[in-house]
Amino acid sequence: MKLRRIISIIIKEYTHIFRDWRSLLIIILMPVLMIILYGYAITLDMKNLTFAVIDDAKTPESRELIRGFTENRFFVLKYTDIKRNEIESLFKKRAVQMALVIPEDFSESLISNRITKVQLIVDAADSNIGTFINNYSNRVAQLFNEKLNRRSPGILGLEPRILYNPDMKSANFFVPGLVALILLLICSLLTSITITREKETGTLEQILVSPVHPIEIVVGKVVPYITLGFFNGIIIIVFARLLFKVPINGSLSLIAILSLIYIFVALSFGLMISAVAKTQQIAMLATLMATVLPTIMLSGFIFPIASMPLPLQYISKVVPATYFLIIIRGIMLKGIGLAELWQHAAALSGIGLFMLSIATIRFKTTLE
Amino acid sequence: MQPVISITNFSKSFGKNIAVKNLSLDVEKGELFGLIGPDGAGKTTTIRTLVTLISPDSGELSVSGLNVSKSVREIRSITGYMPQRFSLYPDLSVSQNLNFFANLFEVPKKEMAERRKRLFKFSKLEPFSERLAGQLSGGMKQKLALSCTLIHNPVVLILDEPTTGVDPVSRSEFWEILQELKKEGVTILVSTPYMDEALLCDRIAIMHEGSLLALGRPEKITGLMHNHIYKITGHNLVLQSNRIAQIPGIISVQSFGDSLHLTFPPGFSSEDIRLKLYDLLGQQLNIERIAPSLEDVFIGLIEGKIGHGN
Repeated sequence: MKLRRIISIIIKEYTHIFRDWRSLLIIILMPVLMIILYGYAITLDMKNLTFAVIDDAKTPESRELIRGFTENRFFVLKYTDIKRNEIESLFKKRAVQMALVIPEDFSESLISNRITKVQLIVDAADSNIGTFINNYSNRVAQLFNEKLNRRSPGILGLEPRILYNPDMKSANFFVPGLVALILLLICSLLTSITITREKETGTLEQILVSPVHPIEIVVGKVVPYITLGFFNGIIIIVFARLLFKVPINGSLSLIAILSLIYIFVALSFGLMISAVAKTQQIAMLATLMATVLPTIMLSGFIFPIASMPLPLQYISKVVPATYFLIIIRGIMLKGIGLAELWQHAAALSGIGLFMLSIATIRFKTTLE
Repeated sequence: MQPVISITNFSKSFGKNIAVKNLSLDVEKGELFGLIGPDGAGKTTTIRTLVTLISPDSGELSVSGLNVSKSVREIRSITGYMPQRFSLYPDLSVSQNLNFFANLFEVPKKEMAERRKRLFKFSKLEPFSERLAGQLSGGMKQKLALSCTLIHNPVVLILDEPTTGVDPVSRSEFWEILQELKKEGVTILVSTPYMDEALLCDRIAIMHEGSLLALGRPEKITGLMHNHIYKITGHNLVLQSNRIAQIPGIISVQSFGDSLHLTFPPGFSSEDIRLKLYDLLGQQLNIERIAPSLEDVFIGLIEGKIGHGN
């Protein structure tokens, strides 16, 4: 391994990058565009759920119950005074997600009976929405009891204290994940085409007949893109902070250092593909397939790893984003440091070095 | 003395395609050796095997006594190789390309200035040193590629069709440079589909469909032709070539621009032929016997109408 050769390859790569300013602009603007698109599109926050009410009681108490649902941004009352047989067609048309049926003797029952029953019909085709409505309705009933139904003995009251994301904003959960996804995608795409491009233009043939060693080419190509990837990382985090007000509770420099490791993993992954693929197109397709899907599905980006079947849990252990998600969410939301995160950082470094070795070994210095 | 390039019984196939079969030839030190043949003759396969980019199926190949399968890195550091396609970085300048290859080959920093000066002297690229390689003309690109190939002072220079697609003036300039390099003692193996360039080589090997057809000095190869060649010129002759081919005793008819080359075995005189043509076409033609050109020999060899020989 000769430093002089590596440095000359690094200089050459930088020259390529800065000469081709159109590509450079795309590389810089793409993550911004992606974070805006993904950031606004992916949200699990429930808003504007519509519901219908059949209020047969029409008493101050029944109106108080309805107000329990309408006094926030989650529910919008869309239909009142409808007939019972209309409810089903409303559900089928997806006009409402919930219907509330208050019986005629609602107010009398509150005074005379131990238990008063109100019918709640929920569309649980989307199980998340179903669960949410169910939980929220219970909470409304509980508050109603505390306020109006003094005779009901309220024995147990849970007083939740919500940590790390007290507003329960899903953006706080997703946006750090987006940092992981976008950084991986951009960086691995960058390097995946860098060797295949030289294969296509024939320049690789000319380099190969020199005494250059594969490790020199691989290292010479990683270094310039680390700086580019790091710059991208900064842009992504700045936009995450400005657009989505995601908190950064931990150390910024720790985010920077651990992001560098993650970027290194992504670049090595791209190089690994580049060393094997024959054309730029194949390399780009393979990179897209191998980064986006596993990162979204298997890293805990949306779906918790603990609830996956066991084989998928094992696969998630080799997905780099799994570790980086724990790291970046940990630092940004929980404000934790290296003491809690070093194992994940070590796992990432291991994956990166492994991929770089594969890239070097699979890199052929012949044309066959 | 040991030959600089030695190829013995070399064969190479790609799948079912036989690219080269049983090729043997040697290139002596200081020789300018031409590998001649049309596309698909096996020239590029032979050259890529010599520069260790592909490995032989069978046979022994060595460069400067080093076996191509065993001493890959040693061969790469003493050989200058110029691929058929322009393979420099179009978005790097002339200087940047030169420096990049100098660094890859670890040319001593102290010698850089002197080598650049020498390379610029023959390539005449100095005024364009800051121009991007992609913006050079075809001839200048080839000269830059040659300069990058020479930056580490290789003892063997291997060029794959360096002048294909280059204008005639640049082509002759390029061959002048090769002659200069030969004088400096560099051993050169060059492949070309152009017969006129073959005449500029010390020795040539004529290849066709993976096999060696002839090997030797160009004059010697033209001497292989014991049949006689007659050149006839006249109006619209090319259209008549099918009829001319019917003349009893004729071996072949080849068109060269406006004229036709007729091949006859010894024993026919110009006068015989003139009469036969007059009978056939009803017009008096200009006819002269010429020395066979390499092209005549090549076509004869391919059609199997003259004996194989060394």
